[in-house]
Amino acid sequence: MSFKAARLVAEALLDASLLVAGQVELGAYTGVSAVTAFTSAGGPPALFIVPLAVAGLLVGLVGIVVERGLLRFVYDRDESFQLLLTFALVLMMEDVIRMTWGTAPRSTGGLYLVYGQARLLDATVPVYNLIVIAASLLIALAIGWLLTRTAFGRIIRASADNREMAEALGVDMGRLYVRVFTLGTVLGTLGGALVIPSTAAMSEMGIELIVEAFAVVVIGGLGSMRGAFVGALVVGVLRALAIAVYPELEMLVIYLIVIVVLLLRPRGLFGSAA
Amino acid sequence: MRGRAVLAAVALAALGLPWVTPAYHVLLMLPFMAYAVVLLGLNLLFGHAGLVSFGHALFIGIGAYTGAFLTTHTPVRSLEVILVGAAVLGAAAAALVGALCVRYVKIYFGMLTLAFGMLFYTFLLKFYRLTGGDEGMRVLRPSLLGLSLDAMPKTQYLAGPYYYYSLAVLALATLVMWRIVHSPFGLCLRTTRDNPAKAEALGLGVTRYRWYAFVISGVYAAVGGALLGPPTGNVDPTLAYWTQSGNIVFMTLLGGFASFFGPVLGAFVFIFLQDTVMSVVVYWRLIFGALLAVIVIFAPGGLMGLFGRNRAVEVSRT
Repeated sequence: MSFKAARLVAEALLDASLLVAGQVELGAYTGVSAVTAFTSAGGPPALFIVPLAVAGLLVGLVGIVVERGLLRFVYDRDESFQLLLTFALVLMMEDVIRMTWGTAPRSTGGLYLVYGQARLLDATVPVYNLIVIAASLLIALAIGWLLTRTAFGRIIRASADNREMAEALGVDMGRLYVRVFTLGTVLGTLGGALVIPSTAAMSEMGIELIVEAFAVVVIGGLGSMRGAFVGALVVGVLRALAIAVYPELEMLVIYLIVIVVLLLRPRGLFGSAA
Repeated sequence: MRGRAVLAAVALAALGLPWVTPAYHVLLMLPFMAYAVVLLGLNLLFGHAGLVSFGHALFIGIGAYTGAFLTTHTPVRSLEVILVGAAVLGAAAAALVGALCVRYVKIYFGMLTLAFGMLFYTFLLKFYRLTGGDEGMRVLRPSLLGLSLDAMPKTQYLAGPYYYYSLAVLALATLVMWRIVHSPFGLCLRTTRDNPAKAEALGLGVTRYRWYAFVISGVYAAVGGALLGPPTGNVDPTLAYWTQSGNIVFMTLLGGFASFFGPVLGAFVFIFLQDTVMSVVVYWRLIFGALLAVIVIFAPGGLMGLFGRNRAVEVSRT
């Protein structure tokens, strides 16, 4: 559930999807450090979400450097080269994370339950989860609003549909790309930071998330917000069911659904004709 | 003719290597030759069909685990049987996975193969009764051509008979791939890469050709994977992890995917460079990541593109 923000990124930025794996990890580790620094400096535990979110947002700005410094050189190449470049970045980022934070998983300790727990329909849910769900919904709505209701969003969609025409009409592609890309990386690192209190920062969390996000997108259908939502629901519920019934199947069941969907409805449940 | 002279010199050097270099470097040649087999197949898909797979570690894993399973759970020790078994299983898995993946191209193909690779990785991790989970499985020393060599010291076995066996497999794989690439089939495959619409109009089933290429590359990856197990005597799920898939694409690009021997050169440079860098600093990924970025941006033709004759290296298709 808390992965929703990152899932959105995966949909918006499938091109840089491997990179998002690195971003999520980067956000997670930076978040842990920020929270640790905050509490050891005497900050009230109840406010830990503030440095967490700020750290997630700020470290995402590394996207500007990555886009201007590397990615912009390969836009006119085959997409496969872009994928490879993002793989190079993930390799580097993993070692930077290792150099900075070591190899052991990092967590924020007991802060997860600092907001207490709430009872919902006979189930106990940590309030933090509810906060993250609310934040994800808010971010999702904000992105939806940005893409469909603002001039910036219209320019993004127009450029995605027909880059040459948009350029001919006066859109500065360089500036547009760096903005969209940075927006994506910021969402990735923010997502990584927000998920941290409920789990621990590990070097494998990113790629698992990306594969899962891809499953969501494939099940829902590319380019459909409604599809992404339904896909996320399907994946979440199936995982929970698998864990309850036969834990070995947890991840496998998701891939099986992906395969079935691809066989029966190659465009996904809500995909439009591509 | 210069190409033939170089090839003959390389072949002679490979044959004479165990007599002139220390055993350590001979042992490093073993993973190189295994990866070279994998890459010959991968490049049929990457260089000739224009599809970048981020999930071929799946087939490496299938090959490696076939060897481990056969030697530990059955009386089979023969490497020939293991290689054939790996090839058959690799073909079967690639036929299934490929049938789904080749309907897509570019980024979606890459992501879908990645998903299948991770599916297999998860399977290896979770079904520990069959696969040994994250500890993996042992690979008992296989017999070569019916000769049981259990009495031989390990280094002597690996640097001697096993080395030459791997070399023979690599030579055979190279020969077969050379024929495939230079056959009408290879030509058709490149047509489907360069102009799928035209290929379709000419009556070539584009997805069918891509599927053939996928299956062949799966067989090669499984055979290469089966060769990877015996030198370490152990296989574990990291063989099938997605970074492994990324690394083999890296090797292909490093050597140059537009050239037939480029990927082989890439595997060689990757293995020995990795060994050198790792002996100096543990953060080899940082250095290799930077190297890969430089290659992608400045030298998409790879080493062959830089140092080889100026062949028509076609890289940027928009």
